[in-house]
Amino acid sequence: MKVGLFVTCLVDLSRPSIGFAALRLLEANGCEVVVPEAQTCCGQPGYNSGAREISKSIARKVLAEFRDCDYIVAPSGSCSGQVKVHYVEDLFHGEPEEPEFRALAAKWYELSDFLVNVLKVSAVPGRFEGQVTYHDSCSGLRELGVKRQPRELLEKAGATLAEMPEAEKCCGFGGTFSIKLGDISTRMAANKCASIHQSGAKVIAGGDLGCLLNIEGRLRREGDMETRVLHYAEIIAGEG
Amino acid sequence: MQVQSMFFKRNASMKLDDPALQKNMKTMKFVDARARAVLDVDCWQEIRTHAAALRDRTIANLDAYLVEFERNATRRGAVVHWAETAEEACRIITDIAKKNDVRKVTKSKSMVSEEINLNEHLEAAGVQVVETDLGEYILQLAHEPPSHIVAPAVHKSKEDVADLFVAAHHRPRTTIIPEMTREAREALREHFLTADMGISGSNFVIAETGTTLTVTNEGNADLVTTVPRIHCVITGVEKVIPTFEDFATLIRLLPRSATGQSVANYLTLTTGIKGPGENEGPEQMHIVLVDAGRTKFVGSEMQEMLRCIRCGACMNHCPVYQNIGGHAYGWVYPGPMGSVLTPVYVGIENAGDLPNASTFCGECQVACPVKIPLPDLMRKLREQQYDNALRPWSERFGIRAWSYAVQRPRLYRTLSAIAVRVAGWFGRRDKLIHWMPGLDGWTRGRDMPAPQGKTFREMYAGRRDGGRR
Repeated sequence: MKVGLFVTCLVDLSRPSIGFAALRLLEANGCEVVVPEAQTCCGQPGYNSGAREISKSIARKVLAEFRDCDYIVAPSGSCSGQVKVHYVEDLFHGEPEEPEFRALAAKWYELSDFLVNVLKVSAVPGRFEGQVTYHDSCSGLRELGVKRQPRELLEKAGATLAEMPEAEKCCGFGGTFSIKLGDISTRMAANKCASIHQSGAKVIAGGDLGCLLNIEGRLRREGDMETRVLHYAEIIAGEG
Repeated sequence: MQVQSMFFKRNASMKLDDPALQKNMKTMKFVDARARAVLDVDCWQEIRTHAAALRDRTIANLDAYLVEFERNATRRGAVVHWAETAEEACRIITDIAKKNDVRKVTKSKSMVSEEINLNEHLEAAGVQVVETDLGEYILQLAHEPPSHIVAPAVHKSKEDVADLFVAAHHRPRTTIIPEMTREAREALREHFLTADMGISGSNFVIAETGTTLTVTNEGNADLVTTVPRIHCVITGVEKVIPTFEDFATLIRLLPRSATGQSVANYLTLTTGIKGPGENEGPEQMHIVLVDAGRTKFVGSEMQEMLRCIRCGACMNHCPVYQNIGGHAYGWVYPGPMGSVLTPVYVGIENAGDLPNASTFCGECQVACPVKIPLPDLMRKLREQQYDNALRPWSERFGIRAWSYAVQRPRLYRTLSAIAVRVAGWFGRRDKLIHWMPGLDGWTRGRDMPAPQGKTFREMYAGRRDGGRR
């Protein structure tokens, strides 16, 4: 089974360890993983800034890089939502290229969704003792139905879930929103940090690096140097 | 209401630093109430789908249904007026008041009247206007605009209201809510009985019967529509629905989505004037159907916005609204629905931040009873801004530079390798970036965790080559 790994631009730039965790998880389950070298970004920053034509040409680039794979997996609900929902329902809706993008979307999975629902993994390489609280990122949750999958995997690694209040509420990242409307974004992140503290867990996990940078950045600014902020892939791959 | 939406960013930041507002916003319990109310209904999603289709069908044939409504309302003795602009709507109503020697008007809640500044126009013509919805009454005393379309005074505490009541009613101050509402009722009772004209908004107007319909919790619309000798309805042209049956569908959604009530306390239905031999009802009924920007949506890529039934669920569920309140949005409609309506009604150049005031978290779309894809519509507005160069130069340049680079993998490889090293240098001390050029918006309130040192692609290439050797 040839699985393409879509690393995501944020992981490439800021936290390669998440990419390697995803790689390890896929290889540990017998996938032949390919990482197309020319890949960059799914186009979402431009798309959500109103640059429609640009985001279409980036989408074509993604399609060209991954069309030969049996599956494509990304450690992000946000980028996966862009491909699975926005490419097909909006950008190429009703256009001649729509079938090709539908085919791409059908074999594209968010990582935890792929591990649980396609590979149906029974065990994970990582071990983690202790409490984890999980933040549901908006696109993964509301566009792709990613909710149970990462929690199931964390429990397989031995973690105990300590749910925070309002786990499904947006952390305030929102891509360029976090800079354009930084004050509002910061307040939303601060609310999220308060929820995390209420959970009592010393580890907060999530499935999207954007949210994690936002949450960690706010925790540190508030003086919390202790709470660890991890992608679930890092925990279940044993790289946390 | 005067448009202040161009100052959204500044006003939002002020609201974030307003402790009283922050405290009052936390008293909103609509989200939990709605979640419970929705569980009462077996097929909530199917009703939403049906309602969205019914609204789409109506909007697609808006002209025909409006004419049908006019015909049936006229048959029952009402006069239907058509107002293309806000000014025209004000002029029509002021003329009705002048012609009939109206000195006092009681009003039940109408957001359209806020859009067009109706109260100011009537007052300028020498007419006394009394808001009778409790929230609107409070705001009239405070000389403030509403901050929510269903709960207009949600930004005020009971202490704020107690102070306003002391000044207006000259009675001992109380903060016991039942006593306060009794006081307001007593003050309003006299106005209900002495008004010459009642003005009401309308949640729906029904084409097949010529009926106008108002949903309230206080029953004030009953008194506004039946006691005075003249009743004037003001509403938007998109509020028409074909049949009573359609109303039965929509009313299952509206109160549940708005306040979490399975049914609102009062449904006020008015059809025509007092008939021969009848004791109650107005001698004249005027219905003013207002466009004021609505038909700009018809036939556009944003037509779905006209499905809106004004329940307020989108703002209740919006994490941006929850943190800044309604006034920051700078016009009548706050939250996600306002971020779509305001730029179209008042010009996108006057409300440029509103379509950008969303993380696209999607909560509004999930909560919307008529399935308006609000994030998609805000994105359409962002596309208009991008295409017409209406966002700051730096933002446009940033997007262009970024898109140029991501489409050229070799260039991107080089630039990203440089970028992570530069960012790493700014975060060299404690692996946190406290400040860096271009990142002000972020670092004002947060640190940025520093990158790990190399890009994934560099490390992956290194590992692969290492394996080969």
